[in-house]
Amino acid sequence: MSGHDSKYFTTTKKGEIHELKEELNSQYKDKKKDAVKKVIAAMTVGKDVSMLFTDVVNCMQTENLELKKLVYLYLINYAKSHPDLAILAVNTFVKDSQDPNPLIRALAVRTMGCIRVDKITEYLCDPLQRCLKDEDPYVRKTAAVCVAKLHDINAELVEDRGFLEALKDMISDSNPMVVANAVAALAEIQEGSSKLIFEITNHTLFKLLAALNECTEWGQVFILDALSKYKAKDARDAENIVERVTPRLQHANCAVVLSAVKVILQQMELITSVDVVRNLCKKMAPPLVTLLSAEPEIQYVALRNINLIVQRRPSILAHEIKVFFCKYNDPIYVKMEKLEIMIKLASDRNIDQVLLEFKEYATEVDVDFVRKAVRAIGRCAIKLDRAAERCINVLLELIKIKVNYVVQEAIIVIKDIFRRYPNMYESIIATLCESLDTLDEPEAKASMIWIIGEYAERIDNADELLESFLESFPEEPAQVQLQLLTAAVKLFLKKPTEGPQQMIQVVLNNATQETDNPDLRDRAYVYWRLLSTDPEAAKDVVLAEKPTISDDSNMLDQSLLDDLLANIATLASVYHKPPDAFVSRTRPTQQRDEDEEYAEQDSGTGDTSAPLSEAGQVSGGYQGASPSSPLPPPGGYGAPPRATVPPSGPPPPAAAVVPDLLGDLMGLDNALVPVGPVTPATPAGPPLPVLLSAQDGQGLQICGQLIRRDGQVFYSLRFENNTQMPLDGFMIQFNKNLFGLASAGPLQVPLLQPGGSANTLLPMVLFQNVAPGPPRSVLQVAVKNNQQPVWYFEGKVQLQALFLEDGQMERSTFLETWKSLPDSHEVSKDLPNAIITNSEATLERLLKTNLFFIARRTLKDTNQEVLYLSGKVPPNVPFLVELTFLVGYPSVKCAVKTPSPEMAPLFFEAMESLLR
Amino acid sequence: MTGAASAVFLLDMKGRVLVWRDYRGDVSSAQAERFFSKLMDGETDPSSHEPVVYDDGVTYLFIQYNNVYVMTASRQNCNAASLLLFLHRVVDVFKHYFEELEEESLRDNFVVVYELLDEMMDFGYPQYTEAKILSEFIKTDAYKIEMTTRPPMAVTNAVSWRMEGIKYKKNEVFLDVVESVNILVNSNSQLVRSDVVGALKMRTYLSGMPECKLGLNDRVLLEAQGRATKGKAIDLDDIKFHQCVRLARFENDRTISFIPPDGAFDLMTYRLSTQVRPLIWVEAQVERHSRSRVEYMVKARSQFKERSTATNVEIELPVPSDATTPAVRTSMGSAVYAPEREALLWKIKSFPGGKEYMLRAKFGLPSIAAEETLPEKRPPIRVKFEIPYFTVSGIQVRYLKIIEKSGYQALPWVRYITMAGEYELRMI
Repeated sequence: MSGHDSKYFTTTKKGEIHELKEELNSQYKDKKKDAVKKVIAAMTVGKDVSMLFTDVVNCMQTENLELKKLVYLYLINYAKSHPDLAILAVNTFVKDSQDPNPLIRALAVRTMGCIRVDKITEYLCDPLQRCLKDEDPYVRKTAAVCVAKLHDINAELVEDRGFLEALKDMISDSNPMVVANAVAALAEIQEGSSKLIFEITNHTLFKLLAALNECTEWGQVFILDALSKYKAKDARDAENIVERVTPRLQHANCAVVLSAVKVILQQMELITSVDVVRNLCKKMAPPLVTLLSAEPEIQYVALRNINLIVQRRPSILAHEIKVFFCKYNDPIYVKMEKLEIMIKLASDRNIDQVLLEFKEYATEVDVDFVRKAVRAIGRCAIKLDRAAERCINVLLELIKIKVNYVVQEAIIVIKDIFRRYPNMYESIIATLCESLDTLDEPEAKASMIWIIGEYAERIDNADELLESFLESFPEEPAQVQLQLLTAAVKLFLKKPTEGPQQMIQVVLNNATQETDNPDLRDRAYVYWRLLSTDPEAAKDVVLAEKPTISDDSNMLDQSLLDDLLANIATLASVYHKPPDAFVSRTRPTQQRDEDEEYAEQDSGTGDTSAPLSEAGQVSGGYQGASPSSPLPPPGGYGAPPRATVPPSGPPPPAAAVVPDLLGDLMGLDNALVPVGPVTPATPAGPPLPVLLSAQDGQGLQICGQLIRRDGQVFYSLRFENNTQMPLDGFMIQFNKNLFGLASAGPLQVPLLQPGGSANTLLPMVLFQNVAPGPPRSVLQVAVKNNQQPVWYFEGKVQLQALFLEDGQMERSTFLETWKSLPDSHEVSKDLPNAIITNSEATLERLLKTNLFFIARRTLKDTNQEVLYLSGKVPPNVPFLVELTFLVGYPSVKCAVKTPSPEMAPLFFEAMESLLR
Repeated sequence: MTGAASAVFLLDMKGRVLVWRDYRGDVSSAQAERFFSKLMDGETDPSSHEPVVYDDGVTYLFIQYNNVYVMTASRQNCNAASLLLFLHRVVDVFKHYFEELEEESLRDNFVVVYELLDEMMDFGYPQYTEAKILSEFIKTDAYKIEMTTRPPMAVTNAVSWRMEGIKYKKNEVFLDVVESVNILVNSNSQLVRSDVVGALKMRTYLSGMPECKLGLNDRVLLEAQGRATKGKAIDLDDIKFHQCVRLARFENDRTISFIPPDGAFDLMTYRLSTQVRPLIWVEAQVERHSRSRVEYMVKARSQFKERSTATNVEIELPVPSDATTPAVRTSMGSAVYAPEREALLWKIKSFPGGKEYMLRAKFGLPSIAAEETLPEKRPPIRVKFEIPYFTVSGIQVRYLKIIEKSGYQALPWVRYITMAGEYELRMI
């Protein structure tokens, strides 16, 4: 049935458009159709053929279905850019929606819903109303989805016209496909709404379960996904649902199976009978296993979900570990996921078999996979104490193969094993030391050095071994340097002989004099002080007993797990992240209040790492030993103290000040009171922009921006002390700047303990030290404290913090001012990143920054909306503003008229950030 | 939880858009470029990339088929399993229409491609993917289209997979019971895992709307009916049915009843995870003489009853990629060196049960080797075979009843065959 459409792509010569125009208006049907095909071909390869709009639309009234579909397709693509002309199509649409042929009726209503032009939408309502009651189910199922489309464009209209009620009635439709699509539409509408629109009741539950048996496989997925949100009344209710859903586990469609599993798992939470639960677990296992025979892409989704399921109900697949053994031809992404599940299912009963597998994988060619396999062995050792020795033996065998990255990975996990089982397996140290000179990765080196230091008394030539690393001390990465320092100290405390004493001198010298790394330097000073004042105390600190670690890595937090299990089969279950972390709906259908918007921004900026990034690496060792305490944990092998992972193990004995880490993370550090003459509550808004990074500030981080509160300008600042010493005596000064901004009082920052932070609002005055020359938005700042050098950094003057409260104008004044200013004072710019989804909300937000609404109008031909606003900037410069935009589409055109047009760029900057 | 695709893209191997269909107006064609650059970003080869790609608020789900990427973009928390499966169905539908799905066939049929995309998905929700029924109202040959075309009842019916009014002179059903044996043997010659995946493949040539009922020697059913099982009944681990089978009824009384689609389809698949003795056992002894030669001695043994015979046996023995000058002797069949697969292929046309055959091979190795000794790829030995008139599970079709209101007599034909699936024996 092969076609020959490719010929339509070939015309690329000049005058093509003109020719097409002629052909489109030809009286011969075939020529016309060919021309439309050429147009669509051009559209497909991304050429702009929007100028043919009228000519193409004229072909719409045709008896030929194929031609009609092509014209409709064209309309979907170009109606947005010709909203005025799109009206031409309305008549035909309305007519088609009453065509005797149901295919055409459905096509018309389906296409109209895809044209996101307000005018068309108005005309859509009547045809939609009819089609919702159409005698043909094909039309009704199309109309059901169309309600969701309309809701996406204009939610109010849907409610006003009673479409929601009509949609709810469709759940009782006699046709299963209509029911399924109505459910999908309702669920989508509910998702975007804060009101309760769609709730499954007893009555609808019955209808849905009935439709489940009869609708297409895709429809079954819609219904099951909706059912998984149903809150059963009690255990019996839950059991009834499960009973009706269980047969779906036998469906050949994997998506149906996974959605059924989701419903069953949700309802199981309510079921109290142990027998019923056990029975259900038994029933779910085979279908889950069979998912692994599906296409690799589906397998991947299934494995990510199984990973979640076994965390909640390990019993389901406890006996099925073998099905997760990797096949030679599995794609690497499938192998990686299988490995993760194998670790989770490994038990004393199956560990021998599993180790054989891991060992096999560790000799494959894919480096990442091999590393993961080696790490897996280590994790099993930590998880299963009775199998630890066997795991270690396998690791030793692998080390003997002498493949470089295998050896390094093995050493890293062995370090963790030593932490888990102190004083049990040190006999293997000799074997490890053989590979010393092949190590070239920082983590492996650091691990090896930690081992040498920790067991210095049992390694005869520990000093020689450490010595060999010392030569390259200055070039080593920080991680390795820190370990070398600590290991040298341990060695000295354990063997206070001449060699180690010389060594410690060299190391301390190196670490204090010749380094830029404050962590290293400070740690070295602390050791030095300790060793020189009280060696016994040094022993107590450095050689203290360490808390043992456990393998809780890669286990999700319970509430997150709940959330993800409710989202089985969806992207959230693949990413292992809650939907908020990655969903980006562009058009919120409901107006939200400020708070919510902030919250949204928060989650957006707070989690900039893509949700794909893996949930952290193994090494339980880090978590137990690295609280961000001022002192390095006693003899600890840890991440740099900057790490913000809350300690999961028992609290370390030497932690002097443990700041409220959680509060710290969320910018809500309430341990420190913000000070200043006026003390409005510290804003819990989006995080402040970083002005001085911890790296540049030798551990001191400063964030801040200008804000406006009650008619007063403040510099909202946040100081974070990531150094290892307390900082105090903070002072601030501003360089000359455009508005002459300067501090109105002293900077009030309390003594900052290491790891501590403080937020403060610094009141500002204007026109103290105005910079001459062209306007620049730069704000140069200097900050000093008693411990560090003076830091210079640059911030920005954000105009939105400066708009005056009395910027409002009468309409007439606005008009007069506009007219009185010469045209040369008008500047305009397109703000590509700005978007207005709801004029009312935007106006409200602008009002809060003292931009005042004057008037609005709608441009007839383009459907664009225009807003007029006024504002005033100190000392007394009015800004007259015109914003032109299409609601819900990015890019806003901003024009300003002002006596000081040179300030316009600043204004545009402010506007763009306000309209983001 | 709900969520739909924003658009479906068909891309060539360089990431250029062949055809795309926008369903929700919240992504643009530029998304294809972003997806592709993200795909190429990683160090890994794109064909081993995860099928889920995230970039800047948009999730891309994709599969590759021939020289085409089929991809959806979505901004919501959509059902990943459903959409990925949908993409596979899209491929199936295009294959049905254009015989082969590739860049050229999409270009040659872009008009139909658009029409199909419009029908298969609406507002990002999968709608209808039955190729056979779709081709009743979306045709490639434009001249056949008359305005009387209506959506077939099947599109919205409970029986969405079969047209009404089908007529055959001779009513026949062919039922093939095909069992694939998957085994994995580790390098210590231990059978690590084995399972059997069976499929009942049907080809129906039946008039009207026939009601079918299939009887198997399913232990649960037979015991429920109180029949003596006499050791003939079998346990099936996990049964998956084609959508035509009434699942609720099966759950109730284990009856397999259905109105079949017309033509070929898989009525059901099942899995058996009981330990299966490998039907053909292969052992290889390898002697590596570094930098000069490598020698193999391979034994293949059939471990099934003598009255059965395996046919088209092919044993793929991996050899080093730089092996040369093969010298091979076999006690049965023929062996050829296939350098492009880095393997020696030993083919035995007919391999009766209870027999053992041998192969000896010698390859030369280059005398110089790279300084660095990276671990070698170590593919397993792989075996292919077919054993007709035999099933591992012992499954039997006891009856296939066909009732149609016109009352015709239909003839069911049943065949059994066992073949190798993923049959891997790791080497030392």
